[in-house]
Amino acid sequence: MWKRDESVKPAAATPPPASGGATPPTPAAAGQASHSTGGSENVNIGKSVVIKGELSGSEDLTIEGHVEGRIELRDNVLTIGPNGKIRAEVFAKAVIVLGEVTGNVTASEKVDIRDNGSVDGDITSPRVAIAEGAHFRGSVDMQRTGAKAAAPGAPKPAQPGPAQPGAPAPQAAAQPAKV
Amino acid sequence: MSGESRSLGDLFSRWGGRKGPAAEPEGAAGGDEAAHPTKALPPFLKGLAASEGPVLIDLGPVVGSNVTFFGEQLGCRLRVEDVIADIERHARSGATADFPGFLETRLQQAEGSVDGILCWDVFDYLDRPAAQALAASLVRMLRPGGLLLGFFSNAEPREQVYTKYVVVDEAHLKYRQYPASAPRQRGLLNRDIIKLFEGLTVSESFLMKNNVREFLFRK
Repeated sequence: MWKRDESVKPAAATPPPASGGATPPTPAAAGQASHSTGGSENVNIGKSVVIKGELSGSEDLTIEGHVEGRIELRDNVLTIGPNGKIRAEVFAKAVIVLGEVTGNVTASEKVDIRDNGSVDGDITSPRVAIAEGAHFRGSVDMQRTGAKAAAPGAPKPAQPGPAQPGAPAPQAAAQPAKV
Repeated sequence: MSGESRSLGDLFSRWGGRKGPAAEPEGAAGGDEAAHPTKALPPFLKGLAASEGPVLIDLGPVVGSNVTFFGEQLGCRLRVEDVIADIERHARSGATADFPGFLETRLQQAEGSVDGILCWDVFDYLDRPAAQALAASLVRMLRPGGLLLGFFSNAEPREQVYTKYVVVDEAHLKYRQYPASAPRQRGLLNRDIIKLFEGLTVSESFLMKNNVREFLFRK
């Protein structure tokens, strides 16, 4: 019981990892919830929250509200929930889109646009998955991973993405090819 | 490879009013999930593999698995320019007269900046002025040595459908069909196709069993 309280306290006591540049909402007022899942924090931004400005952090984040500006979670997973509407430049380790994103998305590992998810913008990521029924308009810039790069005598190794200075290079290179 | 371009035996079986045992299902009418062979895609991929981070334009509707396939095969920058959606929108609104003008400025890529273009069967849905406008735009944006892949139907238009070409592997496609407002136009003659892409040369062309002509152009 005590252990459980301690694990929750820091998240509530520390300033919210996702801070709006212009109007930072307080966690309670904004409907922001933080909960621990298997040792890693996952923060939710609720439906009624509107954030304008820069949003950055070092925890996985799920957005169900509206965000305009810039989102940086370079070592974490960003999930745009079904109700989430993003008009921003996005940088993350992995991005899962179930809602709407307008803006360029850069991920060091993967971008996954699920059914009914929508992206209007350019994607830069070594792995991109777009589900049937998803909307996508823009370009996809993928590094050469896959069978060719893994095959012996492959001409080129995986190249680091141009806009991912914070990306953990060995981790990205070790990613198995998606089939 | 399971499928080949048309053989003499297959032609005889067709003239006899029956399909050969190995005949492919009619792609234009089926919309089935069978894998159809493609002969022009392998040289298209091979031609682009030589380029470092090639720029690829896809004129068809977005297909997630294709994005993954081309990205992993070529390490390319792929831009999806869904011209089929434009065709559908204009067909629904009835504003087909101004469609050629729209197509002239639709694609904003710089001259000679594109390594490969996937046209699929987009030209089957365009009338002559619109086809000329789009073709001129594509020829302009293709870099010298760049490749253009196009499918042209030989069959008389029947069902009013569009086709998503889903890449299964380097030599096979699935045809996934969905309803269309725009009718498929009467098939172009080979010489008209070649004339349409003035400035490009035919690198490869194949007549497939399902009556689709696959053209690979090179600038």
